[in-house]
Amino acid sequence: MSILKVSKLTKSFGGLTAVSNVNIDIKSGELVGLIGPNGAGKTTVFNLLTGIYAPDSGNIVLTKGDNEISLQGLKPYAICKSGLARTFQNIRLFKELSVLDNVRISMHKNVQYSLLSGMLHLKSYTQEEKRLFDQSVELLKIFKLDHKMNEQAKNLPYGEQRHLEIIRALATDPVLLLLDEPAAGMNPAETAQLTETIAWIRKNFNLTILLIEHDMALVMKICERIYVLDYGMVIANGTPSEIKANKRVIEAYLGEDVENA
Amino acid sequence: MKNEIKMNRIKKLVALLLAFGVVQLLVSVGILNDYIMATVSTIGINIILAVSLNLITGFTGQFSLGHAGFMSIGAYTCAIITLRNPTTSGFVAGVFAGALMAALVGFVVGLPTLRLRGDYLAIATLGMAEIIRIVFLNLDITNGAAGLSNIPEFTNWMWLFIFTSGTVLIVTNFINSSHGRACISIREDEIAADAMGINSTRYKVTAFVIGAFFAGIAGALYASRFYVLKPDAFGFLKSIDILVIVVLGGLGSISGSIIAAILLAIITSYLQSFPEIRMVIYSVTLIVIMLFRPQGLMGSEELSKSMFKKWGRLLNRKDGGVA
Amino acid sequence: MEQFLQQIINGISLGSIYALIALGYTMVYGIIKLINFAHCDVYMLGAYVGYLCMTSFHLGFLPSMLIAMVFCIVVGITIEKIAYRPLRNATRIAVLITAIGVSLFIEYGTMFFVKADIRSYPPLTGFMTQTFKLGDINITMQQVIIFVVTILLMVLLQFVVKRTKIGKAMRAVSLDRDAAELMGISVDTTISFTFALGSALAGAAGVLVGIYYNSINPLMGVLPGLKAFVAAVFGGIGIIPGAMIGGYFIGTVEVMVAGYGNSMFKDAVVFAILILILIVKPSGLLGKETREKV
Repeated sequence: MSILKVSKLTKSFGGLTAVSNVNIDIKSGELVGLIGPNGAGKTTVFNLLTGIYAPDSGNIVLTKGDNEISLQGLKPYAICKSGLARTFQNIRLFKELSVLDNVRISMHKNVQYSLLSGMLHLKSYTQEEKRLFDQSVELLKIFKLDHKMNEQAKNLPYGEQRHLEIIRALATDPVLLLLDEPAAGMNPAETAQLTETIAWIRKNFNLTILLIEHDMALVMKICERIYVLDYGMVIANGTPSEIKANKRVIEAYLGEDVENA
Repeated sequence: MKNEIKMNRIKKLVALLLAFGVVQLLVSVGILNDYIMATVSTIGINIILAVSLNLITGFTGQFSLGHAGFMSIGAYTCAIITLRNPTTSGFVAGVFAGALMAALVGFVVGLPTLRLRGDYLAIATLGMAEIIRIVFLNLDITNGAAGLSNIPEFTNWMWLFIFTSGTVLIVTNFINSSHGRACISIREDEIAADAMGINSTRYKVTAFVIGAFFAGIAGALYASRFYVLKPDAFGFLKSIDILVIVVLGGLGSISGSIIAAILLAIITSYLQSFPEIRMVIYSVTLIVIMLFRPQGLMGSEELSKSMFKKWGRLLNRKDGGVA
Repeated sequence: MEQFLQQIINGISLGSIYALIALGYTMVYGIIKLINFAHCDVYMLGAYVGYLCMTSFHLGFLPSMLIAMVFCIVVGITIEKIAYRPLRNATRIAVLITAIGVSLFIEYGTMFFVKADIRSYPPLTGFMTQTFKLGDINITMQQVIIFVVTILLMVLLQFVVKRTKIGKAMRAVSLDRDAAELMGISVDTTISFTFALGSALAGAAGVLVGIYYNSINPLMGVLPGLKAFVAAVFGGIGIIPGAMIGGYFIGTVEVMVAGYGNSMFKDAVVFAILILILIVKPSGLLGKETREKV
């Protein structure tokens, strides 16, 4: 059952066509990779999916249960509310805020109490705050960050900051999770750990995951299907072994990396 | 956990009643004379102004240079109502009408302008406050440049205390709620906040409107205390006055705003006969704080028991070192 | 019809002043993304120095203006070095607050020393008092001088920016500071030079206003400064021709509103224009939209 259907997605900046006629079809529960050389347009695709840019043309449809939601043209917060969450390539944590707050804020869209209740600390406030706190701690426990919940996010080591990025996205209760280079800057041990974590998250949170990555070991190991982007166009789409053997892909960028992965 | 919350609330209530009672006693007995009470009123009004501006600029990160405009709307609205209805109920109606008018203008102005970033927003809010001032300068109902006078005085210690502590409590509560945290996340990283499902425009406007509301209350209290209103009293300089309090106290610290309001009111009362020197000191204060301690007195932290403990330990260190 | 043309003439004079001041705002914003709140006070200081030269030292218009310009250059560079340079990497709010502080400091510091009274420039003599008549329209010599000086200075500015090495450096730094530095451009010197140029123009404007409107006071820069900033935003902040166009536009609009409408509202109209531009096209007439890379 399709969860995300992207058709003929196109975006130009001035004279430069960053994304051209991209078609992506993701089934519910899949773990799909999006790879391509630097500048191929992968993050632009993410930005289009999450509403940071509006596409010039094309459709993005998210299927949640029985509902089909058209995402193109929606603002980022509306897209998040529809069930699509993302992490950022360059980590955009709320640096001065605590780890706990970073998670709690991401749960805000589902908070039940009104502005008035928030200002007067009525009963609904007290109850919801407890729920928020408990749920945030549960999430943090998964990544063993609960004991650091009052730390400022900026004080976390890099690897834990990346984990917090992911926790934050999970906290928004998505059906589809977009991970933008989650392993960037990680050493092989951390990457291996992350690979397991992503697989675990997918299973335990019943998620569909679309992942941009440069680390071929991670991509080939964990992704069930891979889309390859080059100069803004999809040049190949298939299973890891199909991609490894695809001549166009090899030409475009993989080269020896694939054989050694 | 529930009992702890209840205990905290009772403690807060008792502290408030005590604070109110002590001062009320001193006033009734005559120890606190008119001059001191005028300063106390200024402090209270400035606390409300600073806390409400801090909500907009310190917590939500939206640089507003037109806060005095909201104050003037509250002041004139309340004055106009109490001049026609000089009763306590008229006063209370005037305060809330003033606050609501200010909030309304805040909404109308905020909606289109809060899309702007940093410096642009600052100039837009400055322009908005100037337009308000010029409008008041030219309306009949506000009596133009001559302003309004003989405004019935209803702002006594009780009302001042109620509104000031009310403002502080409500804004503090708001900051500690999920809605408040949403506002803070916008200050931290607006794009990330949007990506996490927070409608940043909506919350920027919300903070702006709430800030305007309380500035309106402050204006109304001002009108009903100092009984004379002129449009020029609410110009750019007044907005700067409020900004200095917020910056000195610390953008993002409620207790900082309170401390700074008290400090600056005391300093101002000494410099009353030297307005230019006061402005020179204010301007140098701004520059020095920004160059050497941009987080102000409190940074974005609040006064807390752990802070006193830390200072106590620092002062008691036998080796005289600073941690 | 004659009244309309007369208003246009007046608008051009006022517009010239706004253009000169606006250029300073736009160049500084273009290069370090700062609204230099203190710029209007440099303009005020220029007016006072011109006043000093003409009354105490009995100098003529031209030498007074040149001395004022030099003085303002020094002030502008000093402000940048002491107050803005240390905050080069600080948050935008921090620098803005500092700029406001510097502005207030100059205004009230001046007020403290020279008192708030309005002073008048000495009456002009000789050929400066001529008036030209075109039918029913009067053009005073002062208006001619304002226009000629402004045009000359703007031509000079364009030459510096487009044809000199330092001008190229200015354009480079405003596009990408780090890249410019890597290419061997001294960013500090370039920024100082930018402030110097803007301040010189503001100083000239101050003296021109002195001989045109005659009265000066320590707070004379506030309102014209704000309006000149609106002009810069209107034309496209950071774009030099934009500031020129914007200055003349705002000057003419203000004169028209005062002449045909209600002079009470002329200031409000200018602010309304500001809010309108910021809502409709914040990048201004000649500006291009830029987006943040995510």
